[in-house]
Amino acid sequence: MEELSAVEPDPAQAAGAAFPADQAGSARTVPAPEPGSTGAVSARKPGGTGAVPVRGGGGTGAVPARKPGGVGTVSARGAGGVGAVSAQDAVIATRALSKRYRGGQLAVDGLDLTVPAGSVFGFLGPNGSGKTTTIRMLMGLIEPTSGTARVLGQPMPRSTRAVLPHVGALIEGPALYGFLSGRDNLVRYDAADPAADPRTRRTRVATALDRVGLTAAAGKKAKAYSLGMKQRLGLAAALLQPRRLLVLDEPTNGLDPQGMREIRSLVRELASDGTTVFLSSHLLDEIEQVCTHAAVMAQGRLITQGPVADLAAGARGRLVVTTPDAGDAARILKEQGVADIVVTETGVTAEPPDRELAHLNAALVTAGVRVRGFGVERASLEDAFVALTGEGFDVAG
Amino acid sequence: MSRAESLPKSDTEPEPDTESETEPGTEAEAGTGANAKSAARPGGRGPSRATTRAGVTAEPRAGRTPSPLWTLGLFRNELVTTFRRWRTIALLGVLAAVPILIGISIRVETRGGSTAGGGGEGPAFIAQITNNGLFLVFTALAVTLPFFLPMAIGVVAGDAIAGEANAGTLRYLLVAPAGRTRLLLTKYATTMTFCLVATLVVAVSAFAVGALLFPLGELTTISGTRIGFAEGLGRALLIALVVSASLTGVAALGLFVSTLTNSGIAAMATTVGLVITVQILDQIPQLHALQPYFFSHYWLSFADLMRDPVYWDDLVRNLGLQGLYAAVFGSAAWARFTAKDITA
Repeated sequence: MEELSAVEPDPAQAAGAAFPADQAGSARTVPAPEPGSTGAVSARKPGGTGAVPVRGGGGTGAVPARKPGGVGTVSARGAGGVGAVSAQDAVIATRALSKRYRGGQLAVDGLDLTVPAGSVFGFLGPNGSGKTTTIRMLMGLIEPTSGTARVLGQPMPRSTRAVLPHVGALIEGPALYGFLSGRDNLVRYDAADPAADPRTRRTRVATALDRVGLTAAAGKKAKAYSLGMKQRLGLAAALLQPRRLLVLDEPTNGLDPQGMREIRSLVRELASDGTTVFLSSHLLDEIEQVCTHAAVMAQGRLITQGPVADLAAGARGRLVVTTPDAGDAARILKEQGVADIVVTETGVTAEPPDRELAHLNAALVTAGVRVRGFGVERASLEDAFVALTGEGFDVAG
Repeated sequence: MSRAESLPKSDTEPEPDTESETEPGTEAEAGTGANAKSAARPGGRGPSRATTRAGVTAEPRAGRTPSPLWTLGLFRNELVTTFRRWRTIALLGVLAAVPILIGISIRVETRGGSTAGGGGEGPAFIAQITNNGLFLVFTALAVTLPFFLPMAIGVVAGDAIAGEANAGTLRYLLVAPAGRTRLLLTKYATTMTFCLVATLVVAVSAFAVGALLFPLGELTTISGTRIGFAEGLGRALLIALVVSASLTGVAALGLFVSTLTNSGIAAMATTVGLVITVQILDQIPQLHALQPYFFSHYWLSFADLMRDPVYWDDLVRNLGLQGLYAAVFGSAAWARFTAKDITA
């Protein structure tokens, strides 16, 4: 309940991150020649620097070098949601991408997604929000009903042969041949790639197995693998070649905590090598830890996208007072004009007021409230996510 | 292979700016050109990547252009995968057991000196086996062709696409990217190879059993002339080839069914069910007008190869019909599979 209140501030203040769904929808229909209105999402933020927040030192230089016109400009074609990322730099760029299944269900509705090169892009959304359908369209497995998708600058699904050798993918969990050993599974997937050199196959398979820590179990039949081992093998298949884009759908599913850590560090390592990573997950702290950018989907629509810092900043923090005298504290805060006070087990939380917080603390202490902790808790990505997609637990139909 | 070696080492690290500046709307053409261009994309990041993962990374970028030979890698892998499966080995085992059973039962039955099948109706050539073991090959093929062989083909063909979809491996093959047409051709070629291997397994097993249990030597054709053993052996091989060619229709039908569903079991059952249904319909006199179009109608025409001179009419009709089935259902499978949304 309390998190819901975080949405209340007017959307303008929330700096785009907290656009309610309908607003985002209308913003999307703004014609491209007026990028200001859409691009403002991050361009307005002084800290966010509108610039393409390319991750790591690696490729940053390339962006201005190629586009001397200025980082802040939005090219007409690339006027997606994220302010300054032009279509040329985007590893994934979709325009009004839609998919209606034969049953009539609209799974993806007018998606304008822009994934900047070099980013670790978190793709968020509740179950059934259209994430997997989107990923399948990007990978050329599903034909879009309307709209276009470009991956690595080329149209999908038309250019699958040229694009996909540069893309490693883990889609909806691993799928393996149970009657083959782990190593032979990888050999088979590698043989399926016409661009893969058979002379280096053995070496590359061994390297990939080593990378995910499966060398010892490489000879075992895949049906004897645990879920985590299967997941690792699926990842290894995505890493058989040096890739420019990695699409990882729920990569940490079924992994033990060590495995999750390893995957996270693997993702970071890949990203620092310049690989763009497109990561779908429902584990928000995972996204927050690893990703530089994120997009949120709900009910087939893109609600927001942008740098993670901006998204989290969009949801307002909470004033948290830790005290054994919760009742008194609540009363005093109310007298001070603080809104949305909630009494919790350990104290009181409230909406942070605009004035100096020290005065509030002083007022509490003066009134004899035993204050053990006082401060504003920064909103997590989870708060932002819930604020955007709603509390409801039910899967959208 | 050497061709691949000489492939563009040059596009490893060109100064990327000029190349990636090109209008991204124009690279509609797939294949090598587009490939090389996109390889140059990440520009400034290339070198740093190459240094971090030295050996593996630096080298293959040059080899990203597909070599025609490499595309056969999937077919080779598919063959190995198929024939290493327990299921395939079991099917072949059953097929190999049929001639053994026939051979032993005839041997047991004729121990008293009576001729096999004397008086009664039996499969083609069965009466001659006691005179010449080579006839066991013909008998075994005549026995397995109506049911055992098409059933085995139905299992392999029906599972080809649907089984991959069921296991979820289809999406990874396509993302690899195997290419839909390439994958379908690979699957069909593998199924055809299985047809050939299955027929040869029956023939070889029958020949081995025949040679062990019965005398070999000159043989009498259906027309009554006598031919030498070597020529008889040649005709046996020819018959085996014709029998496996007779199965191309079923294979194409099975592959088409396989593209319709995501359940391997359903595809196998449907294909085998169709094989049985068609053979039952082929026995109903009222369907006389339709029967020449049933894929199984001319199957037993392979016996005409044992005439002297060979009677070609039905053999040619059979092969033509199989070709028609392969063309029709092959195209249908292709049309279906290349336009299909892969949701499994």
